[in-house]
Amino acid sequence: MTREEMTALVRGKFPDVKLGSNKQFPEFIAAPDQIHSLCTALKEDAQTKMDYLFCETAADRKDGFHLVYHLTSSALGHCVMLRTVLTDKAKPEVETVGGIWMAAEFYEREIFDLFGIQFAHHPDLRRIFLDDDWVGYPLRKDYKDSFTLEH
Amino acid sequence: MEETLLDIELKEKEEYIINMGPQHPSTHGVLRLEVCLEGEKVKYLRPHCGYIHRGIEKMSEKLTYPQLLHLTDRMDYLSAHINNEAVALCVENAMEVEVSDRVKYIRTILAELTRIASHQLWWSAFGMDLGALTTFFYGLRDREKILDIFEETTGSRLIQSYITPGGLMGDIHPNFQKRTKEFVKYFRKKLPEYDQLLTGNVIFHERTQGIGIMSKEDAIDYGVTGPPGRASGFHCDIRKIAPYSAYPLVKFNQILFTEGDTFHRYLVRIKEMWESLSIIEQLIDNIPPGETMLSLKAIKAPKGEYYQRVETARGELGVYIVSDGGPLPARIHYRTPNFSNLFVLNKIAQGHKIADLVAISGSLDLVIPDIDR
Repeated sequence: MTREEMTALVRGKFPDVKLGSNKQFPEFIAAPDQIHSLCTALKEDAQTKMDYLFCETAADRKDGFHLVYHLTSSALGHCVMLRTVLTDKAKPEVETVGGIWMAAEFYEREIFDLFGIQFAHHPDLRRIFLDDDWVGYPLRKDYKDSFTLEH
Repeated sequence: MEETLLDIELKEKEEYIINMGPQHPSTHGVLRLEVCLEGEKVKYLRPHCGYIHRGIEKMSEKLTYPQLLHLTDRMDYLSAHINNEAVALCVENAMEVEVSDRVKYIRTILAELTRIASHQLWWSAFGMDLGALTTFFYGLRDREKILDIFEETTGSRLIQSYITPGGLMGDIHPNFQKRTKEFVKYFRKKLPEYDQLLTGNVIFHERTQGIGIMSKEDAIDYGVTGPPGRASGFHCDIRKIAPYSAYPLVKFNQILFTEGDTFHRYLVRIKEMWESLSIIEQLIDNIPPGETMLSLKAIKAPKGEYYQRVETARGELGVYIVSDGGPLPARIHYRTPNFSNLFVLNKIAQGHKIADLVAISGSLDLVIPDIDR
């Protein structure tokens, strides 16, 4: 499916979704409360069949935490990139997509561990790499501990 | 005698939890599996990772691209060249530069040699997991020859950091082509020995066939790629889906099976070694002359986000770079193959004996530093 067809399909179903500027993959920016239904629709639509989530990660940016999902279809081969911005840095929360792709459950545990983003309705949201009593979330830009060097 | 409440309680709780790891020889690194057993059968298991979490992604935010490249070797150290290549390709795509054909050929040959060396080591250790010690001697004997080739050209045997953004650290050694051809010739004779030792062995069949079956749906759902994914029929070879470097120029087959058991995960890797030999043969005589390093003023990714997928010996490696335009990345994320391959273990090992768990986790070929990063 070409970029234009994909855009038309997604915008037809979700008119609020904004287009991103990524050159490599068609990129869509959805509101945090919309991301779960967008993911479900992309997986279940017979034209897109996005059954393989190959990357889910986050980035700490000025305007909030960006959650990025890279999806592809194992049968049809097209890729898409979804983004949602969690502007409330004090209490970032979004619905889990673990029920849609099993892989997401573990990517989300990693994101929770390193960014402190809460995933609602996640079945097993625990730290994955760090100790359970670790203070803070290391991949946040404002993270500091006793080993941080001041420049 | 009447059954007391205590008896019933004990009967209901006829399960116990044991820890396999963090220092267990069959986990091939510091991974702890919390295994719940009922008798000898695995009821479920919970992997605990993070024992060697080094925070590579956090460290990389303070390093330039040529610097952070050196950390990628230390993720999946058995696919070091391919990890380097992933970062190099991602940065080159971001800068919109293209390396010469010479570099592409050399990168592909090195990547395939890496794949063979990795599969050899896996084959050696897998035999040992199942109690066959001879495989270790055979595998390491042949792997040594590849490491010698690496040492001559890159100066290093395990973690080379030879492929960098813009090209290669230096040109190949004058002996590189000769020795690689000698190796291919040698290994074509030695590979059938691998089949004689394990592939046709009845005891080996008993231990692996029908054990730990993974369906194609599970493979896709959990994001299992590489040989385990392809043994289940998941068309996931990035060299075919999104070809990079010199892969569009060579002919090779993607090994696909539908059975998805431990034996077919084994078979995929054996057959992949034949394919890798054929790829090397197609390229080794035709390395074109050219520059091995682009003359770049500064290595900076323009503002934006970039993603690069490559096929390591264990599956799909993704490099995701968020750049603000400077020489340092604002965020870099590695989607590592072993991280996704690990968690399917709970699903496919359920109901099998604990000895089979060793065979199943061995067939997934986990490299723990790649999970923890």
